[in-house]
Amino acid sequence: MSLKHDIEFTLNGVRKRATVRVDMSALDMLREVIGLSGTKYGCGEGECGACTILVDGMSLNSCLMFAADCHGREVVTIEGLAADAKADALRAAFVEHGAVQCGYCTPGMVMQASHLLATHPHADAEAIKRGIEGNLCRCTGYTKIVEAIAAASEATKPGARP
Amino acid sequence: MNVAEKTHFIQPDTLIGKRIHKMDAPEKASGKTRYIHDIDLPGQLYGKILRSARVHARIKSIDTAAARALPGVHAVITAADIVNQRPIGVAKDHLPLKTDKVRSLRDEVAAVAAESEQIALEALRLIKVEYEDLPILTDPAEAIKPGATLIHPEPHRPGGEDALKPCGPVAFTGKPDNIAMRFDYCHGDVAQAEAESDAVVEDTFKLHYVTHCCMGVSGMIADFDASGNLLMYSNTQVPFLHKREFAEYLNMDPARIRIIQPAIGGGFGSKLDIYPFEVICVFLARAAKRPVKLVFTREEEFVASPTRQPVLLTLRSGCKKDGSLTFRTVHTLHDNGAYTSWGATTPFVMMQTFSSLYRVPNCDYHTIAVYTNNPYAGSFRGYGNLQATFAVEAHMDKLAEAIGMDTLEFRLKNAQEQGEVTGQGMEFNSCGFKECLTTATERSDFRRKFAENVNNRNAPGPIKRGIGIASMLHVGGGAKIYPSDGCGTILKLDDFGQVTLITGASEIGQGSETVLSQLVCEELGLPMSALTVVNNDTAITPWDVGVHASRTTFIAGNSALGAARLAKAKVLAAAARKFECAAGDLDLRGGYVIKAASGEALIDLPRLMRNLHFQDKAELVMTTFYYEPPSMHQDKRYKGNVSAAYAWASQVVEVEVDTETGIVKMKKVTAAHDVGRVLNRLGIEGQIEGGIVMGQGYALTESLIIENGVTRNPNFRDYKLVTAPEIPEMDIAFIESMDGEGPQGAKGVGEAPAICVAAATANAIYNATGVRIYGLPFTPERVYRALHGKGEKLYLAPGKAT
Repeated sequence: MSLKHDIEFTLNGVRKRATVRVDMSALDMLREVIGLSGTKYGCGEGECGACTILVDGMSLNSCLMFAADCHGREVVTIEGLAADAKADALRAAFVEHGAVQCGYCTPGMVMQASHLLATHPHADAEAIKRGIEGNLCRCTGYTKIVEAIAAASEATKPGARP
Repeated sequence: MNVAEKTHFIQPDTLIGKRIHKMDAPEKASGKTRYIHDIDLPGQLYGKILRSARVHARIKSIDTAAARALPGVHAVITAADIVNQRPIGVAKDHLPLKTDKVRSLRDEVAAVAAESEQIALEALRLIKVEYEDLPILTDPAEAIKPGATLIHPEPHRPGGEDALKPCGPVAFTGKPDNIAMRFDYCHGDVAQAEAESDAVVEDTFKLHYVTHCCMGVSGMIADFDASGNLLMYSNTQVPFLHKREFAEYLNMDPARIRIIQPAIGGGFGSKLDIYPFEVICVFLARAAKRPVKLVFTREEEFVASPTRQPVLLTLRSGCKKDGSLTFRTVHTLHDNGAYTSWGATTPFVMMQTFSSLYRVPNCDYHTIAVYTNNPYAGSFRGYGNLQATFAVEAHMDKLAEAIGMDTLEFRLKNAQEQGEVTGQGMEFNSCGFKECLTTATERSDFRRKFAENVNNRNAPGPIKRGIGIASMLHVGGGAKIYPSDGCGTILKLDDFGQVTLITGASEIGQGSETVLSQLVCEELGLPMSALTVVNNDTAITPWDVGVHASRTTFIAGNSALGAARLAKAKVLAAAARKFECAAGDLDLRGGYVIKAASGEALIDLPRLMRNLHFQDKAELVMTTFYYEPPSMHQDKRYKGNVSAAYAWASQVVEVEVDTETGIVKMKKVTAAHDVGRVLNRLGIEGQIEGGIVMGQGYALTESLIIENGVTRNPNFRDYKLVTAPEIPEMDIAFIESMDGEGPQGAKGVGEAPAICVAAATANAIYNATGVRIYGLPFTPERVYRALHGKGEKLYLAPGKAT
């Protein structure tokens, strides 16, 4: 039997307890222990960004983080963002600007974009491209993703019309 | 509700050409879409496969006792456990679980179903396999030589040569040589044409391994019900063909197989064939009597899913001084890998480009696909056309230069036109090729930049600018490969004016459900919100040949349109009876039946539907339509009008080449695509942008490195996909040639944008540096070596090696 660990953390604004194997990744915990499947497995080694989540406001690849290290942290996944009114502009922009095709990279891309806009609210196209360079997309050629993030940035500027 | 009797009028509006977002995008952007990885069935077990990790070896023994004894393991299977295992694949040379031999690194030796992935992996480690290594054959040029190691040797027959040969598929009978497939095509007389040519060029091109890299890894769930019916959750792009094929491989009645397709994390052609893991997953479910889910790791995806076809290609082309092409002779050597999948059949598409992209009066084409111990190639967006176009467009530049003609002028002189019937029998009923050429070159200022770059080749400074052009021809109205190239639609209008579109066409992320809905809404005068699409269950949806050959918008579009027209006729006939007028005077618009001439609204659709339904002679509006395109099967000589329409494109690529480092930066791509007609501007832009960047990866960064049969870079760290900061500026123009057969005039576009990029990039590098590179990708090392006179040596013409 492999070692297990009891942890307590905040997940999408709700306090959460979980028992996890010590070798389990945060990604596997989210998907298999907690049952939130919005965070995707793409490569398991931090190269594709499909599993991007926010931990204490930082974006990271949940496949590279131990589940046990979530203890005491504040974790936000795509499901948490989906329930957040402030993130509506971002999601709506992804939809309206055609930034979604097969959609498999999309949750990670949206999480990364939300982190980017939180930390660099005035990012221009070049900065947006840099901001998502760790997130691979095989369908869109990135252009529409960059446009969507730029539009969301514009829409959430103070004084912007809803 | 008191419906006001006040007269109101509805203005005409259209959905065609608008920017309409994908219907499934809100779910996908919220993380709510369930891919195969996200689906779990009650009682489900997890399947894992033990692969050979040997490139070529005899299996001496397999010991599974320890694995079977591990707690939580429900089934361990090897070939010995499967009665009457049937070979899969295009040439039926591939047993899902290997019996006596492994022929490539990826080969499946055993499989486990267990209560968790962890236990399954632990069980795999407990399986002991003894191998005896065999000579490895990884060079296709060696593989065709007499005396080469045979990958599928004929089994030893007791009784000597006179004994009866075993009959049946290659997996059982073997082959006397390593030749998996041959293709020979010809029109005209190339020898005579060469004698009459003023300029002749010949080169050998080496096209490499790349792979699909779908962001969602391969996976499958198999579940038998209590009556023995099989339900598969599958990523297939061809559910109806697979239903029949699975039945054959599993020795089942096809009627007892149902395929449900959850959302797919990328297709690009990778899911057109049945692979061993899918059959093995069913074997495991059968053995364990529980549902089994089998999902790849990313490393497994790189090692054990198909590649694009690597090709060694020798092209000889000629023209006259006046610029008219005279002939092309092509010999290609396809590295088939150890087994045969669709990659071997890419000559079907390649020969079209050689014979028919430009007007070539004489063409000779030969392919030999040979078995090696390398990974095997499948179908991949473009299907051989990237490789063929790479060679053809290099020669268009070289011939133009040889006769001193402007390279654009040379292309325009030989470009196909509407009404042309090619030597291969392709009929171009709509053709915007010349407009693609002029549009792409004018928008990119091609001529000026081309001349300027040539003049600047010897200017000081390491950075050289280059501009290059390439064009493509691809099927755009389906491809009649199977007995039918059709698609069925069932359309249902309910009491609330909602429409359910049940289509055979699969959504693989490309946006087919949105564009099909658009066509139906346009016909029925409804908003997009009135549509629900059902498209992922063989027990519900009508037959379709599958998502391939850029066919869905054209074929499934015409099918949906046909069903919508029937529904409209039925609705208008009912309204005409009610309002005592001729149906021809009525129309549907904005959710109402209107007077066609004035736009005056007569009755809203839901009310009319309820009128029809709740009366003594109750009626529902449900229609069906099957569309079969007016194309034909090719004859034995590969001649015939295989598609109902053809797509055209010209792309201009601009690069910066750093001659000191060999780094090539793609700065801009100007793309002009003859798409027939733009149906959904947002969707079609997305297809083209995504295709261009996929083409950029093929040209510059992607290479699956296979050394002695071993995949050296099975991860995204070493297999370099293009990332956001590297994408070029893209200027996309649509040529609307309004195809007479296409739905609202549209033609297929899915594969087109990926096809020309590498070819145009090669021409741009030449324009920048005066050095032509014949192999891909244009990595800094390859470019540096070419620029500094240390280029790799290529093989002789493969056709001559026999």
